[in-house]
Amino acid sequence: MSTQVKQNSKVSLFIPCLVDQVLPEIGLAMADLLRKLGYEISYNPRQTCCGQPAFNAGHRTEARTVARHFLQTFAEADYIVSPSGSCTAMVRNYYPVLFAKDDSLMTQVKSLQKRTFEISEFIYAENKVDQISGHLDLKVSIHNSCHSMRELGIDNQIEEIIRRIDGVEIFIPQVEHTCCGFGGLFSYKMPDIASAMAKSRFEAYNGADLDVLIVNDPGCIQHFRAEASSAGFKGEVLHLVEFLQKAMVSA
Amino acid sequence: MNNYSHFLKEAKTMAANETHRLKIKKAITSYETQVAAMKKQQFSDWREARDVATGIKNEVLENLPDLLQQFEEKLTSRGAKVLWAENAEQARNYIGEIIARHNARKVVKSKSMTTEEIELNEYLEKLGIENWESDLGELIVQLAGEKPYHIVTPAMHKSKSEIASLFVEKLGIEYTENAEELTMAARAHLRKAFVTADIGITGANFIIADEGAIVMTENEGNGRLGMACPKVHIAIAGIEKMLPRLADLSLFLPLLSTSGTGQQLTGYNSFVRGPQSATEPDGPEEMIVILLDNGRSGIYRQEKFQHVLRCIRCGACLNACPVFRTVGGHTYATTYQGPIGSIITPQLRGMGEWQHLAHACSLCGACTEVCPVGIDLHHLLLETRWQAEQEDAASKKWHFAIQMWSKVITKRKMVDALRPLLKLFIPVVKPFMSANQQKRLPEMAKKSFAQMWEKNEFSR
Repeated sequence: MSTQVKQNSKVSLFIPCLVDQVLPEIGLAMADLLRKLGYEISYNPRQTCCGQPAFNAGHRTEARTVARHFLQTFAEADYIVSPSGSCTAMVRNYYPVLFAKDDSLMTQVKSLQKRTFEISEFIYAENKVDQISGHLDLKVSIHNSCHSMRELGIDNQIEEIIRRIDGVEIFIPQVEHTCCGFGGLFSYKMPDIASAMAKSRFEAYNGADLDVLIVNDPGCIQHFRAEASSAGFKGEVLHLVEFLQKAMVSA
Repeated sequence: MNNYSHFLKEAKTMAANETHRLKIKKAITSYETQVAAMKKQQFSDWREARDVATGIKNEVLENLPDLLQQFEEKLTSRGAKVLWAENAEQARNYIGEIIARHNARKVVKSKSMTTEEIELNEYLEKLGIENWESDLGELIVQLAGEKPYHIVTPAMHKSKSEIASLFVEKLGIEYTENAEELTMAARAHLRKAFVTADIGITGANFIIADEGAIVMTENEGNGRLGMACPKVHIAIAGIEKMLPRLADLSLFLPLLSTSGTGQQLTGYNSFVRGPQSATEPDGPEEMIVILLDNGRSGIYRQEKFQHVLRCIRCGACLNACPVFRTVGGHTYATTYQGPIGSIITPQLRGMGEWQHLAHACSLCGACTEVCPVGIDLHHLLLETRWQAEQEDAASKKWHFAIQMWSKVITKRKMVDALRPLLKLFIPVVKPFMSANQQKRLPEMAKKSFAQMWEKNEFSR
């Protein structure tokens, strides 16, 4: 993103529904990180969900209802930061699809697009990478979520952020990136395919003996954690912000 | 059993089939390595090549009726015939008439997905016509009594030992896992077919408007023999296979071979411009091109979906798709598998019966990334889901659940009030779920983030 956020401007937390209800520690870790980076943060508890579960499953009428609520919730926010590439992509790439025929809302959507960031791209856009430091003697690998990679174009940012932590050894899989198998309601509608996909993805880390798999999307995290034991994966699965929280404390 | 239940049942079996998964993984890993190397070798800028190809195909779509007419005029001026088939039945009937007119008994086929689409094999069998598949992969699936597993690699799912056993049983050879010996056995078996067949039926990878030619690419020479040896050559091509100019092949041939098989150029590239001419020593006496619509003009008329007709059937999206890799080609039970198949099948064969395929996708976007003609595949799968709902073809159960959810999720108070209920509800429904569904049930946090925020429960 080209937009530069003003120094010490206010950051509004965009907490995905999955984080709100199931993985709140990711939200807390992100708040923690943003504070360490010098931001004043705010959180509007009226927010609940961006509408992606409905949109992805093809229920656009309901997605619109939920997205409209989201638009209202964040109307006042300066900058909106989320721990999910997927939810950020929903706002940035799919809201324009959802409201294509609604001129009055399109203005709001366009403004929101410029203000919404996934956490790793935010750190980057803000040139805050150098402020990240810490120490952890761990072997890790990275799973950049499909939406973060292909919808937002996030590439090496996560790796470069992690490289700021001393003692970390990063394992780069020799095979091409594949989806973990989450896919929102997909993994509930077709659970057997989703499980086998996770198994295939875990194979990329075979033999690496990882301590931590670092992921930047709560959906993937939830899915990976559910599948780790049957896939024989022994490491922890952590969100980037959880990992940084650990690393920056132990430094 | 409806198509969706059938899909789920097959998918479950295949997802648990480790032999299959590892076999396909191995095949696709080697494909990926070759493709990556070939992209670097052949194109200074792959994205640029893709954009140019996309532009040419858009030009085709803008002028399709005119280009088809130009193609017909050029080709017929050299004595070939062009027949327009609105649907599968009409295409089959055309072929039936040609067979009857020539009193033909024996047909040799080269790999053609359009003949699969019109279920020609079944039709020929009913007519009592001896029908030889001449592509090695296609021959293997024919001998095994199966359908093609993949639009480009029909026998991708067969290991060497499986093929060896099949050839022992069906072709009476000595057991061998030597690829060359197996190929020679197929060759010996097929050679007879080429010289004795009355009619050769092929597909076409491209049809060229300015030259009035069809172009076929293959790796075994069987297509070339099939269109040259028999007295009659029938080619059947979807109307979207069009390219405006012969010169466009300078991009499209390497693009197709790179994306399809990771080859610099396919082994055999045949250009056919008509039947045997007065100056040629041999060739078929009669050449007929059947242009197949079969639902394509329905796609053409839809603004959102039209660009899917840019597809050149390279199969790259199948190979990239993690769902395809897991469930395999046969699970789709369609002519066209994987992402492209999951978009066009509901359009070509009915939303109600096939919309479930659009849901067999995690929206990872790997297909869109590899498509050499820039088709927005995963977004079109999303559009298909929405279209199914608008046409009242989507699952009512899920829609109802989402309707209820959307009412709750827009109200913070309700969300937090219902949390304890949901916590109670999950253990109740759990026993009715399969193991894979159970492990996916989320464990609700003690308090929502909002509740924690309100109580100021921060690390600092």
